[in-house]
Amino acid sequence: MPWSFRKKREVPAGLWTKCTNAACGKMAFSKTIQENANVCPECGHHMKLEAKRRVDLLLDAGSFRPVGEDVAPVDVLRFHDGSEPYEQKLKRTRAKGTASEACIAGRGTMGGRPVALAVLDFGFLGGSMGVVVGERVALAAEAALADRVPLIVVASSGGARMHEGALSLMQMAKTSAAIARLRAAGVPYVSVLADPCTGGVSASFAAQGDVTIAEPGALVGFAGPRVIESTIRTTLPDGFQRAEFLADKGFVDRIVDRRKLRDEILAVLAFLAPLPDQPLLETATAGEPKPAPALEPHGKKGR
Amino acid sequence: MGEPVTLTNKTDLTTCLPFERPVFELERKLEELQALSDSASMNLNGELRPLLEKRDKMLVEIVGRLGPWERVQIARHPRRPQFRDYAMGDQGRPGMLDEWIELRGDRLFGDDKAISTGFARLGRHRFLLIGHRKGRDTKEKLACNFGCAHPEGYRKALQKMKLADRFGLPIVTLINTPGAYPGIGAEERGQAWAIAENILEMSALRVPTLCIVIGEGGSGGALGIGVGDRVLMLEHSYYSVISPEGCAAILWKSGEKAPEAARALRLTSEDLLRLKVVDEVVPEPLGGAHRDAATMVGTLKAAVVRHLDELTAMDADERLSLRYAKLRAFGNGLPPLDPPPEVPAPKAEKGDRKAEKAEKPSDRGDRPAK
Ligand SMILES: [Zn+2]
Repeated sequence: MPWSFRKKREVPAGLWTKCTNAACGKMAFSKTIQENANVCPECGHHMKLEAKRRVDLLLDAGSFRPVGEDVAPVDVLRFHDGSEPYEQKLKRTRAKGTASEACIAGRGTMGGRPVALAVLDFGFLGGSMGVVVGERVALAAEAALADRVPLIVVASSGGARMHEGALSLMQMAKTSAAIARLRAAGVPYVSVLADPCTGGVSASFAAQGDVTIAEPGALVGFAGPRVIESTIRTTLPDGFQRAEFLADKGFVDRIVDRRKLRDEILAVLAFLAPLPDQPLLETATAGEPKPAPALEPHGKKGR
Repeated sequence: MGEPVTLTNKTDLTTCLPFERPVFELERKLEELQALSDSASMNLNGELRPLLEKRDKMLVEIVGRLGPWERVQIARHPRRPQFRDYAMGDQGRPGMLDEWIELRGDRLFGDDKAISTGFARLGRHRFLLIGHRKGRDTKEKLACNFGCAHPEGYRKALQKMKLADRFGLPIVTLINTPGAYPGIGAEERGQAWAIAENILEMSALRVPTLCIVIGEGGSGGALGIGVGDRVLMLEHSYYSVISPEGCAAILWKSGEKAPEAARALRLTSEDLLRLKVVDEVVPEPLGGAHRDAATMVGTLKAAVVRHLDELTAMDADERLSLRYAKLRAFGNGLPPLDPPPEVPAPKAEKGDRKAEKAEKPSDRGDRPAK
């Protein structure tokens, strides 16, 4: 598989992968980790996962139909960050070929039921939201509204993309307006928060789910920890802004292991939007309290 | 500006920005002449008039040359009119309202003084007014947290907006914040969720909504009360996804590069009008709103009345669909802007830092997150 980890230290010879949890740091076969949806088999640490693989993990194999693929980023501001023009930075990032932008959006089926899905890609400029990300998320929401099918968004992002200035800020309004229409129409929206999710993404669509699920250990907040530390001039307590902390503070409904995410979303959707022709059978097993033994990501067999 | 012999709208030495210094020097000369004219009972109008004209010409020139970073300094000017100046007035000057009934509290946690909300009447228009408050003196600044709101501030705004929506009151917001506060309590109480909910709800309010950036439009903290049918911006205010200092620290790895970041971010009113982020730029008095607050209040009052006249005359469904179309189109199909202006001279940077220090040495709120 062509998917490689971004940071060099994570890819010793390609065969082995080191857990990015500093407290663990154990090595495992890269293949094992990949099959485990990038969750460390030793400590359960949720490492970052590319948007493409998340789509495979959540949707039925071969069912994905993208929207907004043709929406390409434009350097409207002619932004230069002192070392290179944004236009060049975009070209360089897109040339890697892993993603065309920091969001994949589209339609598909999940356990047989149609859904609209948008997944942010932290590997593409930190999952930052510029015009394209905002547009694709909005298109996914509009697809959900048009088809009257649930919307699922997996958010992992450092926030708004500074290189697009106030236009990136306005994507918060664009996406929120689209979600508002879903809410008014009674179309369910499940927001999944993955590590990390901060800034303009956390303060817009990611925080607007009818049901909000976070992956274990995910850092979610408006301001990043470094900004807070430099403002209040103290170090932050362990676990601050992590999924477990946020669940305790009342901002997250459930913390769900990535390997059970698909089943969990289906179980939730069965309450928010039960399918008339298959009311119980489809999701009956997912709702049972017994721990799911499978470490097997869905959709893997299809590849 | 027409009155010949009285020197109005003077530059104040303690708050004078570096590029305003020549104006200050000229005004000092003018004052000396004036004093002489008074004491000797001489008529020096012939000498005074050209000097006054020269001062105004100087201001026009200076304003014409200002780069984005200098504009940010004006937006943050300690004497710049704030919420209170526009609402009920301040320091003996009247505001734009005929009536103001403050409404406090978010019904959940507390009453954040960084955001003020209340019923307002301006002529025949009754509406809900919401605005950031920065504070004038140290005590007030601390109480208002320098205009950096916590979640309870945004929730207070939302609670009042829902009230206004139920009773058909239009909503006007005055935006002036370095950013939403990035602190432990703010995060614990869900800053991101509070702002997200405001943005979502504001996109769908049935009543007319008019938002005006009167000073600093700091990121999500500004947008949290900034989604509207119309968004206006005062000429020398700025609106940005991140503060120039914050952007410089991240992309240039040095806060000293704030002038470059300000230039790159396209945060001036002219650029944002081109980018269709704002719908209209409200002109400021010569040299900036801080030089003539009374005129500024009058100009804004006229703009508010005009837009409320227009918005309230519209059909609600039409207004909502136009609002959605506007929000939905942000950033779509825009041609690239012309390249930004040249980098400002380095000496301006040094001077600005000094001015900032004099202004508010302990303002730690000036650090909005992305
Ligand atoms: Zn591990």
